Amino acid sequence: MSDDELIWRIAGGSGDGIDSTSQNFAKALMRSGLNVFTHRHYPSRIRGGHTYVEIRAAEHEVQSRGDGYNFLLALGDSFARNPQEEAYYGNEEIKPLSENLDELREGGVIIYDEGLVSEDDVEALNLDERAEENDWHVFPLDLRGLAKEHGREVMRNTAGVGATAALLDMDLEHIEDLMEDAMSGDVLEANLDILHEAYEDVNEEYEFEHDLRVPTGEHDTEQALLSGSNAIAYGAIDAGCRFIAGYPMTPWTDVFTILSQNFPDMGGISEQVEDEIAAAALAVGASHAGVKAMSGSSGGGFALMSEPLGLAEMTETPLVLVESMRAGPSTGMPTKPEQADLEHVLYTSQGDSQRVVFAPGNIEEAYEQTRLAFDLAWDYQIPVMLIYDQKLSGENKNVDIEFFDREPSPDLGSTLTEEELKEAAHDNSGKFKRFNYETAEDGVAPRSLPGQKNGRYLATGNEHSPVGHISEDPDNRVAQMDRRLEKLEAIRTELDEERDSTQTYFGEEDAEYGIITWGSSQGAVEEAVDRLNADGHSVRGLSVSDMMPFPEQEVTEFLESVDEAMVVEMNASAQFRGLLQKELGRFGEKLTSLLKYNGNPFEPAEVVEGYEVNVAEEEREPTAQVRIEPAAGD
Amino acid sequence: MSAFNAIGDEREIDRDEYTPGVEPQPTWCPGCGDFGVLKALKQALPEVGKTPEEVLTVTGIGCSGKLNSYLDTYGFHTIHGRALPVARAAKLANPDLEVVAAGGDGDGYGIGGNHFIHSARENHDMTYIVFNNEIFGLTKGQTSPTSPKGHKSKTQPSGSAKTPLRPLSMSLNAGASYVARTAAVNPNQAKEIIKEAIEHDGFAHIDFLTQCPTWNKDARQYVPYVDVQESDDYDFDVHDRAEAAEMMRETEDVLNEGTVLTGRYYIDDDRPSYTQEKKAVGELPDQPLAERYFDDDAEWERSYDLLERHK
Repeated sequence: MSDDELIWRIAGGSGDGIDSTSQNFAKALMRSGLNVFTHRHYPSRIRGGHTYVEIRAAEHEVQSRGDGYNFLLALGDSFARNPQEEAYYGNEEIKPLSENLDELREGGVIIYDEGLVSEDDVEALNLDERAEENDWHVFPLDLRGLAKEHGREVMRNTAGVGATAALLDMDLEHIEDLMEDAMSGDVLEANLDILHEAYEDVNEEYEFEHDLRVPTGEHDTEQALLSGSNAIAYGAIDAGCRFIAGYPMTPWTDVFTILSQNFPDMGGISEQVEDEIAAAALAVGASHAGVKAMSGSSGGGFALMSEPLGLAEMTETPLVLVESMRAGPSTGMPTKPEQADLEHVLYTSQGDSQRVVFAPGNIEEAYEQTRLAFDLAWDYQIPVMLIYDQKLSGENKNVDIEFFDREPSPDLGSTLTEEELKEAAHDNSGKFKRFNYETAEDGVAPRSLPGQKNGRYLATGNEHSPVGHISEDPDNRVAQMDRRLEKLEAIRTELDEERDSTQTYFGEEDAEYGIITWGSSQGAVEEAVDRLNADGHSVRGLSVSDMMPFPEQEVTEFLESVDEAMVVEMNASAQFRGLLQKELGRFGEKLTSLLKYNGNPFEPAEVVEGYEVNVAEEEREPTAQVRIEPAAGD
Repeated sequence: MSAFNAIGDEREIDRDEYTPGVEPQPTWCPGCGDFGVLKALKQALPEVGKTPEEVLTVTGIGCSGKLNSYLDTYGFHTIHGRALPVARAAKLANPDLEVVAAGGDGDGYGIGGNHFIHSARENHDMTYIVFNNEIFGLTKGQTSPTSPKGHKSKTQPSGSAKTPLRPLSMSLNAGASYVARTAAVNPNQAKEIIKEAIEHDGFAHIDFLTQCPTWNKDARQYVPYVDVQESDDYDFDVHDRAEAAEMMRETEDVLNEGTVLTGRYYIDDDRPSYTQEKKAVGELPDQPLAERYFDDDAEWERSYDLLERHK
């Protein structure tokens, strides 16, 4: 845990503007030269219900939400419906204050809105007593009253930001700029008035006895604050994707929305359709006709895509699908992250089905692996999937803007031009040998597009002859199946030999102990590894992105280099550990699991604690809501 | 050089061009109505001036799904019920393609029913031919959504308790702008209707009655049929929605009593197709998107400018 960081948590009810306020505040912190990382927690409701956003800001790099937090702005829930203690949802109005106290660090600061939260409710929390115990500094402010006086009640968020800035000795400049970008006229005037008045009131009225101040920092290059969903959408745009079809489902909707909003201006097509089967089938149809296309969904919706996915595999139609995981099974917890759809994504669809699956671990990887996904899909005519989760989808982080300064790559890969088709092999009837196993390289038989001269063929989900006719001939079957299977091997070779590894390592190279993870748990593990090494342990971390084809060699080398390893993932059934053992066929005795599946992503301290309980063999249960699954034989 | 030179190629087209070499021979049963659809399509396509390479036929699963195996165009044989979403996207990706989708009554009205409703609603510019033989053929004779009430099969041995679906009325209500019914036993009418459907700008739905001599021996084999345009007994305006609806209702009532009425039921030439609607709201590029990938001068916008709002 670092003392030179601010983790600001703004809590309120859904619909109270928590998201937009925090987005602006995070940007203001980024513009002031800090590194920022956000974490959003929200219920599956439109209005009301406890929601919060955390913004972690520090001079040093930040890879995760951090541990706990040190500044609470509790706004109250203005859409609360069940004020009775015994009501199903509890006393929602005060939840933004009451629900957040457990994770507030010692010496932390609390602002709560006494205009919305009654004195009696606060008394019932024993806030004074707890504040004394934890050295919290509590500031009850009538934010609602102030907002009402100058504008509308809803502007109490602005008052809260003004008060925050005063308590942290922050300059208002960046906040004002962002407000001016977002609003105009009377609304802007009212908000600026509220911001200043809150700032001045707090400055005049209170002595600050707390030590918390906004850190200082500086960026050498221009930064952009964006989410994993932004990165995937922008990666798709830069890869030349211009067709998306989908059906709304949290959290996949973010990528769908971003592309739908931008495609009209760049000559792309977006289709919201009747269901996820149609969505993936549309992507197949558009790709077949010659457009780089994608679709996607979240667990339950992706379940429906199983059949068009198989169709794309058998017809060798290039396709990119994204799967944004949330807690399951079934509808599960729609707004909470989990990494529990791995097996679903790897193995869904019938037959010896083949696909490439990447699990990016942070925002930069999300962008790069999306581009890689399109490259491989069109080069090898195979569906490529990106599996990520609600956490990566919605978290925001600052990224050096130069990172995105790359040329677009609209190349259609293994698609022939009419000139090339003239020279290609045809059968007696004049049909193009689209699925020609005799001349295929790396399993890839180049394709034509409908409307091209000399390119006629039949694409079918049945097993087929070289021109695409349905065929049950045993020799043809074996030749075609072998050819399709060859692709994954070729892709693995290309990834190993021609491209930079998509696996990420951190910590010491010759360490005794390994921590291995995948996807969005990467950041928390990275921080934990750094912390453990700083404390004198010997730990190396590996975050794996290639789920299929699996980087057998890299992971084997890693596991051979350490005495023991802990597998960290957000699910209850240790799916990634299962994949490791399936792919490598050994290491069962070396691997323990640290599992978390309560709806909240890992904090670095929980990974550290997992290590301590595991390795230091401390005779205790972890304090966090995690589960340890011991190694085979233990 | 364009990537799609076969599109718009104007020349005399021989019917034989639509027949693939020696293989494959149709595997449909002798006397199957599906031969009628194949023949009508082979006649209609050259007559409307379409070359085999500018036509994309997209089929579902079942006996009907094999249509494009025996018809030498670009083809996509998809999966059960999913011909329409694949076809729709291909048309959006390259609106210059002539897209003909086909499926069976189980395939198109059963498992693909949702896609059927929405494709008609959106009025995608394509022809959709449903081979309606009132039975699941390739899976060997189960009751389908259009099988008559009381129809006995291996899966409904006591006779179906379900009222059959009304494809024409359903199509009209969903929003199709061309709705017709024809029959394999009426080849001339079938050819003419397919020609009109292809030339129609919007979703053209043809409920194509195809007898199944193997599994539906008890069913009326759609003979004799009456052409509602030719008969003096029927006088309605195909452009009038209310009159068309009334005529469809009557047709669908009497089919179960053994009277087969065929012909055009509804034609709306004024309703813009989905391609036009989508262009009008600025969500579809003027030039086919698929062509852009082959255009060396195409300017590909990148995401870099979008980062402005993230600074």
